[in-house]
Amino acid sequence: MSFTLIGKHEKDSRAMRDAYVTAVHDLMAKGEPVVHIDCDLEGCSNVGKLAKEFPNNVYNAGIAEANAMGIAAGLTATGKTVFMHSFGPFASRRAFDQAFMSAAYAGLPVHVIGSDPGVCAAFNGGTHMPFEDMALYLSVPDAVVIDPTDYAMLNCLTGKLAASGKFSYTRLVRKGFTTVYADGSDFEIGKGIELRDGKDVAIIASGILVDEALKAEEALKAEGISAKVVDMFTWKPLDEELVKKCAAECGCIVTAENHQVGCGLGSVVANCLVKNAPVPMEMVGVQDRFGQVGPEDFLRKEYNLTADDIVAAAKKAISRK
Amino acid sequence: MQKAEKMQELRVFAAQIRLETLKTIGSLGFGHVGGSMSVADALAVLYGGVMNIDPKNPRWEDRDWCVMSKGHAGPAMYATLGLKGFYPVEEAYTLNKPHTNFPSHTDRQKTPGVDLTTGSLGQGMSTAVGAALGNKMDGRDSHVFVFVGDGECDEGQVWEAAQFAAHYKLDHLICFVDYNKRQLDGACEDVMSHGKGIGAKFDAFGWNVIDLPDGNDVEAIYDAVQLAYDVKGKPTCIVLNTVKGKGATFAEPSGAHSSQPTPEQWDEAIKASEAAYAAVKAQ
Repeated sequence: MSFTLIGKHEKDSRAMRDAYVTAVHDLMAKGEPVVHIDCDLEGCSNVGKLAKEFPNNVYNAGIAEANAMGIAAGLTATGKTVFMHSFGPFASRRAFDQAFMSAAYAGLPVHVIGSDPGVCAAFNGGTHMPFEDMALYLSVPDAVVIDPTDYAMLNCLTGKLAASGKFSYTRLVRKGFTTVYADGSDFEIGKGIELRDGKDVAIIASGILVDEALKAEEALKAEGISAKVVDMFTWKPLDEELVKKCAAECGCIVTAENHQVGCGLGSVVANCLVKNAPVPMEMVGVQDRFGQVGPEDFLRKEYNLTADDIVAAAKKAISRK
Repeated sequence: MQKAEKMQELRVFAAQIRLETLKTIGSLGFGHVGGSMSVADALAVLYGGVMNIDPKNPRWEDRDWCVMSKGHAGPAMYATLGLKGFYPVEEAYTLNKPHTNFPSHTDRQKTPGVDLTTGSLGQGMSTAVGAALGNKMDGRDSHVFVFVGDGECDEGQVWEAAQFAAHYKLDHLICFVDYNKRQLDGACEDVMSHGKGIGAKFDAFGWNVIDLPDGNDVEAIYDAVQLAYDVKGKPTCIVLNTVKGKGATFAEPSGAHSSQPTPEQWDEAIKASEAAYAAVKAQ
């Protein structure tokens, strides 16, 4: 693992989906037996050019996610490395029994890609806004469950997932995201990253909340509070050693996620803490609510997913020490 | 070998599969007898006269595949694979016992020769289609056979998979519908009827359809598979009009989905099946 933190809170001009497409393209160009299965969302995942260049490796299953998942499992049984893509709710809720039984239970490591996670579904609204997709996949034994942070990370992890031989679920923010890491950074599945060192509170975040956590660290520093910031992009297997280190060095923890806290990052971190090193903890994320329609900025405020919310949670956690 | 001789061999194999299926389920005392017995003849044709397989190398890349999407017919698969030499057939008598390799529903990670895991109905259809697509991608001539139940055809996923297979012209996919007319809660017609018929539905989805009035006739099944091999550009569905529980004295009259007969009834059924096997062999 070797990464370069940029962390200037600047929007990336690229589409994050292209980090995935570029990585898959590289694998296909090398002749790897990689297949992309889509569900009438090739325009959204932007695999159109990929399909033209590798027509034998890209298939559209139409609007039939459950079948697409089964096709992916069957293809995997013939030795293919298969990525199956749909919007997050349909790649999880809609096709979950198929993902569970046909793929994971059967020992067939399909790689599921769910796009527009949480508030990123914005104008598609509550029906398309999964705050529970990760929860479903966390329940699958031995699954790898990832909420990637930015372009560089998704680009790196796509190849690592293909080589992992593990069933996996990965969220995909299609467009509009903030650059955190420099291109070419290297990441390891299951290893969290300490982005800032601190001693008063540890903020453990993932996905679009990582940049908010970095902003929160700066705001806290201005008030004389020293915060550690961790990017915990792999929710499963969780980097338990790093969680324990956070507890030991800071004495309290705040988690931050674009997901229900009751069945997500906050929960897996709490599980780890309770078993090992109970310390005061606060969870920033969706509090047992459904999604709704609106611009992403509005939704981030509506569900309390901002740097200000992390700052408030950090102060509360510190006060409980 | 002359065809008549081959068909006789298949009839004997089918009788042997029935007997071993009863012994396998009988070792536990209860199970899915009905839907296991109805597919015995088709399994005899596939494993006895049609499929390219290597019992010593179950994952041989160029093999033909068989997916029991109606996974509760696992015991019939276990009897068939055991008799073909994938493992000693008696091993299947551990059916559903702790740490067995022979669970109620077929599992590719447990049983040598089982190509895909099934149990949640409808799913084996999609995975079979995926396997057929994978073989096509690699330019293999392998065929994929998949068994779906008539009750299983209630599942929407069967039809999602059917339209995918037709769209991608997977002519090396052959689906058997075990049309034994009964599902768990009773007659299919009463529980959930099939509109213009299961065969008509597959036809509407762009498949080649062969309807066999006697789906327990090995020669008719064998001939249907040969016809299916010649059809290019579309998958084939062979509707097997079968008798649920066929050959099980306690199950055939009722067509029950699962059975828990008394020990005396088991003895009677196994003796009758042994007699049927001996009679076919003597022909």
